[in-house]
Amino acid sequence: MRHHLILRVVTKFLAGTIMLFALYVQFHGDYSPGGGFQAGVIMAVAFILYGIVFSVEHVQRVFPPWLVHKLVAVGVLLYAGTGVYSLFAGYAYLDYTALSPQHPEHGQHYGILLVEAGVGITVTAVMVAIYYAFVGRSPLISDEEW
Amino acid sequence: MTVLTFVDLTLFVMMVITALAVVRTRSLFATAMLSGVFSLLSALLFITLDAVDVAFTEAAVGAGISTVLLLGTLALTSRYERPNAHSPALPLLVVVVTGAVLVYGTLDMPSFGDPTAPVLTHVAPDYLQRSPHEIGVPNVVTAILASYRGYDTLGETAVVFVAGIGVLALLSGLRRRRRKDEGEDA
Amino acid sequence: MAVSIDFLVGHLNYWLFILLMMTGLYIVVARGNFVKKVVGLNIFQTSVFMLYVSMGKIEGGTAPIFPTDLNIDPEVLYSNPLPHVLILTAIVVGIATTSLALALIVRIREEYDTIEEDVVQEKEAKIVEEENKSFGPALGGQE
Repeated sequence: MRHHLILRVVTKFLAGTIMLFALYVQFHGDYSPGGGFQAGVIMAVAFILYGIVFSVEHVQRVFPPWLVHKLVAVGVLLYAGTGVYSLFAGYAYLDYTALSPQHPEHGQHYGILLVEAGVGITVTAVMVAIYYAFVGRSPLISDEEW
Repeated sequence: MTVLTFVDLTLFVMMVITALAVVRTRSLFATAMLSGVFSLLSALLFITLDAVDVAFTEAAVGAGISTVLLLGTLALTSRYERPNAHSPALPLLVVVVTGAVLVYGTLDMPSFGDPTAPVLTHVAPDYLQRSPHEIGVPNVVTAILASYRGYDTLGETAVVFVAGIGVLALLSGLRRRRRKDEGEDA
Repeated sequence: MAVSIDFLVGHLNYWLFILLMMTGLYIVVARGNFVKKVVGLNIFQTSVFMLYVSMGKIEGGTAPIFPTDLNIDPEVLYSNPLPHVLILTAIVVGIATTSLALALIVRIREEYDTIEEDVVQEKEAKIVEEENKSFGPALGGQE
C-alpha cells in the first residue's frame, strides 16, 4: 500500500477519530443507540484499518498480540466479576443493587457501566485477534495473481 | 395496519437484486462485496422498522467486520467458484416447499404494525413502564440488555470469547505445506 | 379467512422476508463452494432478523429511546424493545459463527487444496479407500 498516498494520509487522520467515536458510542449507549458491542466493533475497525493500510507489524507495535489475547479474557472476567461481587455482597448474581445499596438506581448505572465496559473490551480484543490470526497465515495466492 | 412505504419497497427490491446476484456470480470477490452491500441495505431497512440499535449493530458488524473477514479468507483460499455440476432442480424444489410451508405459517400472524398484537402485550409495556423508575436509563434497549436480561448478555459475551479462542486455536499455529516431497514449515 | 386487500397488505412484509430467506437457503443448498455457502447463510440469517424485528413494529410508534430528561409523554407509542435486544444478541452470535466457519474453510483449503464440497468428498473417499486397503479388516476395512 506504499503507493496509495491518499489512503495513507486519510488513515492517519481517521484512525484516531474512529477510536474517539468508539468511546463516544460506548459511553453514550445509555442515552442514544449504542453500547458495548457496537463500540467494540468500531474500536477494532480503527486498528484493522491501520493494519490494512500500513503493515500489520506497525499496528502490532501499538497493540501487541500478547495484550490482545489477555484483553479477550479480561472483558468476560469484568462482566462475570460484577456478578460474583454481588454474590459476595449478599445479593443475587448480577443484582446491581449490591453496587450501591442505599440508592438502587445509582447501582443500576454503575452496573450497566461496568458490564458494557467488559463487553466492549472483549469484543474489541476478539475482533483484533481474529484479524491478526487471518493475516498471520502465509497466503497461498501471491499478490500478483490477484 | 401499516402500509409498506415506498422506501421500504425500494430497499427490499435492492436487497432481492443483491441476493440474486450472489446466487449467480462466480467471482468470490464480488460475493464478498455484495454481502457487505446486503448488510448495509438491511441496516437501512432496520431503521425504517424503528430498530435503531439493531441497525447500528448490523451496519458495524455486517458491513464492517464480516467483509474484512471474508476478504481475509479469500486471500488465503481461492478467488473463483467452480461452475456447478449438479442440476438445480432438487434444491429449487426444497426451497419452494420450505417457502410455501413458511407462508402457510404466517397466515395466522397479526398484521404488520398492529398495536394489539399479542407480542406487544405482557412483557414489553411492563419493561417500558418500569425502566424509567427502576433503572433511569433513557435507552430502553440498553437497559433491557444490561440489566433486565443481563444473563443473556453474559452468555453472548462468552460466545464471542469462545469464537475468538476457536479462531486462535485453528489459525495460530505454523502453516505446514503438505506437498508430497517437501516438509517445510512456514 | 377472508382474503381481503387489508390482509394481503398487512402480511406482505412477512412474505417478502420469506422470499429473501429462501434465496439464502437456496445458496446454501445449491452451491458447492464453502465461502458461497457461508455468505448464503448470512443472507438467510439477516432475513430472519428482519422478519423478527418487523413483528415488534407498532404503527405510529418510534424507536424505544426515552427523552434524556425522562419526561415521558404518555401519548407517544414506543416500538417493542424486546425483539431488538434478542436480535442484537443474535447478530453478535452470527458474526462469531461466521468467523469460526471462515477459519475452518482456511484450514480445509490448506489440507485438501480446494474449497469445493464435491472435490473434498472425492478426496476423502479416496483416502478412506486407501486406509481400508492398508489396514485391512482388523480396523473395519474391507480387503
